[in-house]
Order: sequence, then structure tokens, then C-alpha cells
Amino acid sequence: MTTLASLAESVDELLGSALHSRRLDLNELTLEVDSAEIGSVCTRLRDDPSCEFRQLTDLCGVDYSAYGLEHGESLDKPRFGVVYHLLSLNHNLRIRVRALLDQERPAIDSVIEIWPVADWFEREAFDLYGIVFKGHPDLRRILTDYGFIGHPFRKDFPLSGHVEMAYDEDKGRVAYRPVTVEDRILVPRTIREDTQTGRRQAETG
Amino acid sequence: MAEIRNYTMNFGPQHPAAHGVLRVILEMDGEVIGRCDPHIGLLHRATEKLAESKPFNQSIGYMDRLDYVSMMCNEHAYVLAIEKMLGIRPPLRAQYIRVLFDEITRILNHCLWLGAHALDVGAMTVFLYCFREREDLMDCYEAVSGARMHATYYRPGGVYRDLPEQMPQYIPTGRHSETETEQRNQDRSGSLLDFIEAFTERFPACVDEYETLLSDNRIWKQRTVDIGVIAPERAIALGFTGPMLRGSGVEWDLRKKQPYEVYDQMDFDIPIGTNGDCYDRYLCRVEEMRQSNRIIRQCIEWLRSNPGPVIIDDYKLIPPSRESMKGDMESLIHHFKLFTEGYFVPEGEAYAAIEHPKGEFGIYLISDGANKPYRCKIRAPGFAHLASLHEMCQGHMLADMVAIIGTQDIVFGEIDR
Repeated sequence: MTTLASLAESVDELLGSALHSRRLDLNELTLEVDSAEIGSVCTRLRDDPSCEFRQLTDLCGVDYSAYGLEHGESLDKPRFGVVYHLLSLNHNLRIRVRALLDQERPAIDSVIEIWPVADWFEREAFDLYGIVFKGHPDLRRILTDYGFIGHPFRKDFPLSGHVEMAYDEDKGRVAYRPVTVEDRILVPRTIREDTQTGRRQAETG
Repeated sequence: MAEIRNYTMNFGPQHPAAHGVLRVILEMDGEVIGRCDPHIGLLHRATEKLAESKPFNQSIGYMDRLDYVSMMCNEHAYVLAIEKMLGIRPPLRAQYIRVLFDEITRILNHCLWLGAHALDVGAMTVFLYCFREREDLMDCYEAVSGARMHATYYRPGGVYRDLPEQMPQYIPTGRHSETETEQRNQDRSGSLLDFIEAFTERFPACVDEYETLLSDNRIWKQRTVDIGVIAPERAIALGFTGPMLRGSGVEWDLRKKQPYEVYDQMDFDIPIGTNGDCYDRYLCRVEEMRQSNRIIRQCIEWLRSNPGPVIIDDYKLIPPSRESMKGDMESLIHHFKLFTEGYFVPEGEAYAAIEHPKGEFGIYLISDGANKPYRCKIRAPGFAHLASLHEMCQGHMLADMVAIIGTQDIVFGEIDR
């Protein structure tokens, strides 16, 4: 029986240079892998007898461009990430795999051949973040409207959007027009130095 | 003259059997489905992006509105993820209350699913029967939270308040005479737990009633047996979870395999199917209702004999009581800070999953240390299920697609998010 700790040891050998770093936090294992080798990494994680991650529970995009901004941290990380959550039913283990993508043209190989469930998850990440999944047979938008412009979950996309839909008297039909609602943020986003380290240390120590 | 038989058909989004706003483009070969392409997103509200713009606690209410037939289960996954990152655990009594309401929610969900599924396939009565039981459970929701559906009852650190000692009662009106009202109030004379217990006593007989209408019904079997068959290996690869996976014969339930709260203390069984068709999934869910009933009874027994706090005592996360705010400066400051700023979650990421009535419902949170989540990804079970619609429908008749949509237990609140 593989445990999370023993798995953490064995992935070093299994993935070799494709593994950039690994982190065991909150009883969850996160692997940061080379985005160019995502296909071979995922195949190995699925097929190796010590892993057997035969189910992809979740796949999502992340935009790191505003990460810790209130904290005054500068962004030296690549902007986009794709996060895979894998589940092994045989070993009863979960694992998180992250591949970071560069800002200009975020693209990564599709894992649809490895887990067919990736189909819609990748379409969603493409729709919301504009991440291109190379080799996906049908990379269309999925959640946003037909003919939508932009990728709404990127941090530089405003919460209220750019356009709204309303009935147009002159045209006699429903039409798009520039958005009229204002962004209304009641509670500002803040990060406090003193509360950062406090809580979890108090729990463990 | 050449005979043209292929044509493209539009199904939904305003179709009663589409369970909400599903639009499917069908390529038909006569009455047989060649290809089907679901178009979703008509109910997309960007819940995840909204959650990023609000303090953690303010998004609990959004979770109710995801899968709007199993409200508290959605909240549960969300508060579990926050609790994991904060490193807190709710008091034992709160954990039992959560399990109690998770199972009530499961019955609520399965009742709606069974009613709607049967209605789609052509049986009308089941729907009416199921809604009769749902009404009682909605009253339980109302008794603890004040809202029949969107409860916002779970909080990081526990639940908002303890179970009420009194159930709300009916009053006589022009329509209901005094004796009639007395009858309706019979189960409501005691506490909420008495009311739920009375429900659990009559509920197994209600499930029998549903089953007499369907389980051996020739028409029901003709419409569901061998429809939408999925092999176990394929079900795993397609990302199926919950009853969809168990219907194919894979023994996998997070309540048993990765127990959260007090599910490891509970005595219950996991029903699994053998053929992986719509009929087996129906049987699984019906049995799940009976098992939920068992769990509820165990929770009631424990909750009766173990009073105690239902939320942790930490004013950085939980508002102080009204009385203490009147006289204590510290409490007033805590209250002010909590409601104007919220609490800060340490930098990191967490994924919390629960066995939702529909499958695995997970919340993936990334925090950069702020009072709002940096990223909140909702893993909805129905999203993966609906993605397989093409595979499940291919080669079936058009009418079978309705049965397959029914068996997938589709709710658009969670799929479109």
C-alpha cells in the first residue's frame, strides 16, 4: 500500500527531470512539473503500479498575475498555471500536479488521450483563461456566450465585464451594449503581515 | 430519388426534460442518435470569480445556489476547504449536525431526482409522492436556518446555531379547521429532532411506495434496463463519481474511503450496481435513501444525549454573541473587524471533497494570505457526467436520451456555475 509520504519519495525517481519541485502541505502532495512534458508525466502517473492515478477529478486554469500583490510581492513567476487533481482508487490517494505556463502564448499538451474526462475541463480552462490545449480535437468555448470576446477569469478582466445585453428599441431586438453597472467592491482585498504566520503555527506548536 | 435520413435537431434549452437550461444539438439518423453535442453555460454566473471578490464567509451563500437541490452539501465542501487551510476543526456536535443535514440533503436531492426522472420517462405519480416528503425536509431546513432552500447554515468552525427546541407550528386558517390543524401539528409539538425522528419512522414506508410504482414496473424497466450502459473501467476514466460510478459496480464512496466529519462512526452500507445501466443507478439511489435514513437515526440518537457547543469559540472567525457586545469593548471590535474585513486565511492551497448526492463535489482553494480567496475552483460532479452524454447516448433512440439525462441527475446550477 502506497502512502502519500512514500509516494512523494517515489515520484522523484519516476518523473526524473520533469519534476521541478514537490511539496507536502496540509496532507496534500503538490508536484510542479515541466509543462513541455505533461503528457509523459501524466501517462507515468496513471500507469505506474505505485501511483495508478486512473481518474482525473479536476483540471483548472489559474492566473497568478495578481498573486500577493497587496503584499507588495513582484511577479517573477510565469503567469498561468494548469492544475490537475488526480485520484487513485486503488491506493486511495490524491495528488495535485501543476504546470506553469508563460504569459505570451499559454499553451500545453492536452491530456484527453490519457483521461477522456479532460475534454470539457480543458475547454473550460481555454474559455475562461485562454490556455490553449494542443491536440484537443474540439477546443471551443463552453461556458460563455456564443461569440464572447475575452477570457473572463483572467485577473485583468473586470468583474462586471465589458458588455451587457438589453433590448434595443431602434434595432427592435436584444443587443449587446457597453456595460453600465459599476464595479462595487465593499470589502477591499488586504493581506496582513501579523496574521500571516499566526494561526497555523499556533495550531501546530 | 435519394432518400435523406440524417438531420440535425435542436433539443432545449426550454424543454421540460432538459432539467434546466441544457441545449443539445443532435445528429439524428431516423430516430437513432448519431452524435449529440451538449451546449452548456446558459446559467453561467461566474460564481468562482465572484468568490474571488468577496471575503470568505460571504461566498457561503453562493454555494447554496450551485446545486440548488442539495444546498447544504455544497456549503459543506466549501467550509471544509476553509477549515483545512485555517487548521481548525468544528466541535463534535457540529460535526454530527453536519452529517445529519448532509443526509437530509441527500434524501431531498434523491427525492427530486426520482420524481423528475420518473416524470421524464412518463410516470406522474412518483413526482407527487416525492414532493410530499421533500416538503417535510424543507421544513427542517427552515427550522434551523430560516430559509427553505438557501440555508447558509454551515460556517467555518461549525454551524451557525444549535438545533431549535421547538418546531414552527401551523395555525388554523379558512382552509384548515382547528381539528385539521391539530393533526398537521402532531409531529411538530416537540423539538426539531422529534420532528426528524418522526420522519425517519415513516420514510422507509414511503420509499417502499416509490418502489412499488417503479421497481417491477414493466414500462419503467423497458425504459431503463440496458440504457446508457457504462463499464466500470470506462466510468473511472470518464470521471464518474457517486451513484454514477457505483451503478457501474465500482465500490467507491468518500464517506467510507476518505471519511470526513463523523462518517467513520456511522454504520451504513454502500449499494453498488452490476450492469451500469439506468436501472441499476436507479436502484443504487433508492437504496441510498434508505441508508441515509439509517444515518439520520444514528445522528439523532447521538445529538439527543450530547449537548454542547456547535461552533468554535474564536472571535477572529466567529462573531461574538450579542450580549457580550453590549458590555465588552473587545467583542465589539472583533465584531466590527470580522464584518468589515473578514478573516485571513494563511497562504497555501487546499482541495476538499465530499460525497455529494450527485458524486464528488470538491472545492479547490488557493489563498495568497488575503481575506478573500485567490482562486476558488468548484469541481462539480454533474460537469463530468454531462460531458459523457455523447458516449452514453450514441446509438440509442431519442427518447432514451431523456432517460439518460434523468439518470445523470443533471442540475445546471452546478454545471454552469
